[in-house]
Amino acid sequence: MIHSLFLINNAGDIFLEKHWKSVISRSVCDYFFEAQEKAMEPDNVPPVIRTPHHYLINIYRDKIFFVSVIQTEVPPLFVIEFLHRVAEMFQDYFGDCSEVAIKDNVVIVYELLEEMLDNGFPLATESNILKELIKPPTILRSMVNSITGSSNVGETLPTGQLSTVPWRRAGVKYTNNEAYFDVVEEIDAILDKSGTTVFAEIQGVIDACVKLSGMPDLTLSFMNPRLLDDVSFHPCVRFKRWESERVLSFIPPDGNFRLMSYHVNAQNLVAIPVYVRQNISFFESGSSGRLDITLGPKQTMGKTVECVVVTVHMPKVVLNANLTATQGNYTYDPVTKILVWDIGKLNQQKLPNLKGSLSLQSGAPKPEENPSLNIDLKIQQLAISGLKVNRLDMYGEKYKPFKGVKYVTKVFR
Amino acid sequence: MLESSKESLKLEAMKRVVGLIAKGKNASELFPAVVKNVANKNLELKKLVYVYLVRYAEEQQDLALLSISTFQRALKDPNQLIRASALRVLSSIRVPIIVPIMMLAIKEAASDLSPYVRKTAAHAIQKLYSLDADQKDHLIEVIEKLLKDKSTLVAGSVVMAFEEVCPDRIDLIHRNYRKLCNLLMDVEEWGQVVIISMLTRYARTQFISPWKEDGVFENSEKAFYESDEEKRKSAEETKPYAMDPDHRLLLRSTKPLLQSRNTAVVMSVAQLYWHLAPKHEVNIITKSLVRLLRSHREVQYIVLQNIATMSIQRKGMFEPFMKSFYVRSTDATHIKTLKLEILTNLANEANISTVLREFQTYVKSQDKAFAAATIQAIGRCATNISEITDTCLNGLVLLLSNRDETVVAESVVVIRKLLQTQPSEHSDIIKHMAKLFDNITVPMARASILWLIGEYCEHVPKIAPDVLRKMAKTFHNEEDIVKLQTVSLAAKLYLTNSKQTKLLTQYILNLGKYDQNYDIRDRTRFIRQLIVPSERGGALSKYARRILLAPKPAPVLQSAFKDRDRFQLGTLSHTLNSKATGYLELSDWPPMAPDQSVRNVEVAEAMKEWSPAVGKAKSSKSDDKFYSDSGEEEDEQAADSGSDEEGGSEGSTRTPVSLSSEAESENSETSEDSSQSEKSSDSGTGVKKTTTQKNKKLQQAKKPRKLVSVCDRVCVCVCQQLSSPVFVPVHTYELLHRMTGKGLAAQYHFSRQPCIYDDRMISVQLTFSNNGDHTLENIHISEKTSAGQNIHCFSPIECLEPEKSVTVSMGVDFNDSTQAASFQLCTKAEGFNVSIQPAVGELLLPVTMSEQDFSKEQVWGAVFAAKLVSSGALVLVCVVQKDSGAQLTVNTEKTIIGSMLLRELQTVLSQGS
Repeated sequence: MIHSLFLINNAGDIFLEKHWKSVISRSVCDYFFEAQEKAMEPDNVPPVIRTPHHYLINIYRDKIFFVSVIQTEVPPLFVIEFLHRVAEMFQDYFGDCSEVAIKDNVVIVYELLEEMLDNGFPLATESNILKELIKPPTILRSMVNSITGSSNVGETLPTGQLSTVPWRRAGVKYTNNEAYFDVVEEIDAILDKSGTTVFAEIQGVIDACVKLSGMPDLTLSFMNPRLLDDVSFHPCVRFKRWESERVLSFIPPDGNFRLMSYHVNAQNLVAIPVYVRQNISFFESGSSGRLDITLGPKQTMGKTVECVVVTVHMPKVVLNANLTATQGNYTYDPVTKILVWDIGKLNQQKLPNLKGSLSLQSGAPKPEENPSLNIDLKIQQLAISGLKVNRLDMYGEKYKPFKGVKYVTKVFR
Repeated sequence: MLESSKESLKLEAMKRVVGLIAKGKNASELFPAVVKNVANKNLELKKLVYVYLVRYAEEQQDLALLSISTFQRALKDPNQLIRASALRVLSSIRVPIIVPIMMLAIKEAASDLSPYVRKTAAHAIQKLYSLDADQKDHLIEVIEKLLKDKSTLVAGSVVMAFEEVCPDRIDLIHRNYRKLCNLLMDVEEWGQVVIISMLTRYARTQFISPWKEDGVFENSEKAFYESDEEKRKSAEETKPYAMDPDHRLLLRSTKPLLQSRNTAVVMSVAQLYWHLAPKHEVNIITKSLVRLLRSHREVQYIVLQNIATMSIQRKGMFEPFMKSFYVRSTDATHIKTLKLEILTNLANEANISTVLREFQTYVKSQDKAFAAATIQAIGRCATNISEITDTCLNGLVLLLSNRDETVVAESVVVIRKLLQTQPSEHSDIIKHMAKLFDNITVPMARASILWLIGEYCEHVPKIAPDVLRKMAKTFHNEEDIVKLQTVSLAAKLYLTNSKQTKLLTQYILNLGKYDQNYDIRDRTRFIRQLIVPSERGGALSKYARRILLAPKPAPVLQSAFKDRDRFQLGTLSHTLNSKATGYLELSDWPPMAPDQSVRNVEVAEAMKEWSPAVGKAKSSKSDDKFYSDSGEEEDEQAADSGSDEEGGSEGSTRTPVSLSSEAESENSETSEDSSQSEKSSDSGTGVKKTTTQKNKKLQQAKKPRKLVSVCDRVCVCVCQQLSSPVFVPVHTYELLHRMTGKGLAAQYHFSRQPCIYDDRMISVQLTFSNNGDHTLENIHISEKTSAGQNIHCFSPIECLEPEKSVTVSMGVDFNDSTQAASFQLCTKAEGFNVSIQPAVGELLLPVTMSEQDFSKEQVWGAVFAAKLVSSGALVLVCVVQKDSGAQLTVNTEKTIIGSMLLRELQTVLSQGS
């Protein structure tokens, strides 16, 4: 299975290595660097690279390459999925998964990796179990440790490891019992030049933050579960109940977790909350072009559209942009050729507009293609698919929890 | 600092050392100082030392040996975490000398009470195997043992070990197959992946193909595929195909896993369905696979690759989801290419217009490599779907005026391929391309144009010589591939139009003769001999025309993924399109179904489950002959012989008992429930010590031992019918405590063998041990106090040394009652009064009966037949499921025995819930 792991930063330095079997020289990464060079962009590095004796499977996350070395046949998704789990675990422990954070906590990283894999086979990947084995670093704890000399390694085997609910630890206690559910939906749409929808779909996730004492058994039901087309669950959800009654019944893990992700049936038309009028043209003579983008709300069901950001990937020949925005501000990065226009809240009365001229590299032929626009936005308190949580019931514990549901819609184009 | 006496300092030092290791710096010179700390009490320090040891022990083997004793001690630690981590480190330090120690430790840990330690043992198996492959046989034994483990924690790891050590020992799986299927839902996700891929291989060897033989291939292309479909067996025609219930079980138990959040699990279920499920059921994986496309970039890449392979064989599967494969401008290049591939595969007459419109946008993409790939895709669509060839060609010709060179070049190459299929109608395109020739600089495109003109010079008689003239001018500046094509063009023109081109050709041939590249010199020489008749030879020149201008078959534009289906989907080999180390071929379906009965679980194992034992036994006890298709639900158990005896059982006790509905569900053994019940009883291997609540409860029960033995005994009956190994309980009962016996201790247990002394007797094994400090002499049985009980004594033991023990066997005729057999046990000096108390179950011997003797009304029932040892009277037990409970019936002549048995069975069953 997984033989070794190398963490490589964007500059090409190997800043951490870990071997689960015998040591493999880091020269094996040269093959990776070769592929990286060929690919030009980090996104284009092929996930699976073959070398004469090993196979390298890598993921790129948060500006770090996780490169794992494999010697024998193994499902590649197995490794990829595991590497993502590792990255998520770092994020969970240190707040962010950056090179600095990892370097600062190298001992904890090592202990974590040691617990997560044994001989290359995943051992414990549930964050609740790991947190009992190895306590996450906090300032308070490190102070206490340095004074008392106590360790941040758990003494006993976490109870969850053996029980049938490995994701929850025993003996959880809170003074405020709360359960929050965030319904976050994303519209993924491709529009053509004239604004007609080529393709649109809605994906949603329900992220939960459950802080409840004891062993609560929760049941979450929806007003309109038929909307959900294709779902995938956290292992805690009882699949049988979902199949028969369309309710989510589960013993939740402690803390933050993703309860389910779903896909909304594409048959019902997706209402795209904004419209765009754009006009980008380049003049044949003279090295300049013109840009005019207007955004307006459409079918927002009375809610305000927030955090609107328009991103334009300009052709390589565009040197600079000289624009004026009626609302928000814009930046243009001449190196990456990305124009970012941060609008903020969308105003019903006054439509935001970005207008101006583009200066092109002189002598270069004019780009034959108009650049594509990406629009990100957010609508609070609205799930665009119309999904509604009906009620949440709790069994197994006596107290009354505080419950909250939040709906957010995001758009990416 | 490591030598410091203060722990915090040591810890700080160790942290720095680990930091060094992490950076890849060498810290091996610190080895002696670090090893000293291995016995430290501080757990964190210890862990860090472990990390260090695992890293460097291989280099400093002698010093590493110093630490071994610490691990051996830790292996006996009461804390399971410490035991497990000691085993982990011990097995990870890769020092060949300690192989025997490791072997021993693994064997011990494999029977540890903690499933966590057993899991670690399963991991250690692989490590030891990679260190010393000679241990294989021993390790297989351990694997076999661990495979029987009921814990979900262990299952994944042991299957992994199985795959690594002995993937060909498929026979080890048979008996655990159903258990694995049922447990699958509860195994941790990584284990699921491994088990599923193992079961896929298993199923391919054990079940016959579910793919219907429909005689004709869906399309003629398929004949080329080296796919499994070709090998479909003609079972369908001769007899209707009925799926093996175990095959169905596998499919059913994996299906919910398609909803897993772990992409690897979803993929492995998908490949299982792809390789194993009947054709019409494969479609359920589509949606899940499409869902995976919203995951990380790397996941997308792998999934798309697999979809590409699938979409070649079955377009219909992914057609409704075509829009999901539309390319986004933000996708990475390799993902774009894969999506393109899939779109091309999915294209058909109905949707081609949408696909082409989509392609048109792609061609304009800024990513030129992608644009080029799109053009190739258009070419493939054009050849596959003949109606649109013209449209595609026109589109491609338009692209020739594109400003980007790579796009133009690619279009030229694709047009060339397309034109080959119908050259005569498109001479104007050739002309157009010849005009463009001056502007194109990409060698491949230039070569393609030259080839086209040469090949179809008859269609463009005027232009061809002109192009050749231009080429002659620039010949020395061209790339090799263009030069070669020029030479060919010259030769072809010479043959068709020698008047105009004779001189030109000779000029080019001369140029070629002195070229730097030997290929070109070679070709030139060859062509010259071929077309210019010289004085000697020239035998071939007659045929020159036929050689050079032979009609060439049009190339088939096909997918790069065509041959990938050699490999199992989802594997590394499939991704790389070449065999990876350790890849295990997926075998073809067997022509005949192998014996199904091998998977029947022996009851000896099932009964370890304690309370649900009766329920379990029911499903599994069924014998080879009539293992029916209905899988778990089949039951009707047979019993044989004496029909007259049964009919004449006048004093039969018949007491219907309603068990709680929960007890019934325990028994009803449907796949949903069994996973639960197995979970709760996974610690059942060690009957005495348990971790789960339920078994604790049972321990507190009044007569736990007897209950066990009733249960045991009942199951043994079945065992013997199956002629499988008899399960003999290991627990012994105390006959004489060492305090009362003044140093002599005696224990007894029922060996369950037919008694050798008399067939009315029950054999009992006695174990004497001398715990005193002086030798005991002449141990014998002096007098039998109880009446009516016949005891066959063991031969007196001459003497028993201190700390020694001896085992003897004796026979007792209990006369079919549970009354204790009392007797006096004597040594030379003293005598002790002792008694042996039999449990009801111990009084029974299993017999075989035919099923006619039981009423046919039973929907299902667990039925056991036995006879009492001394009287030979029959005892018949059956459990019948009713709507709200279960009815338990015991039929026997001896009322007392019957009611006792009934009571105990009832207790066991209701406690099991």
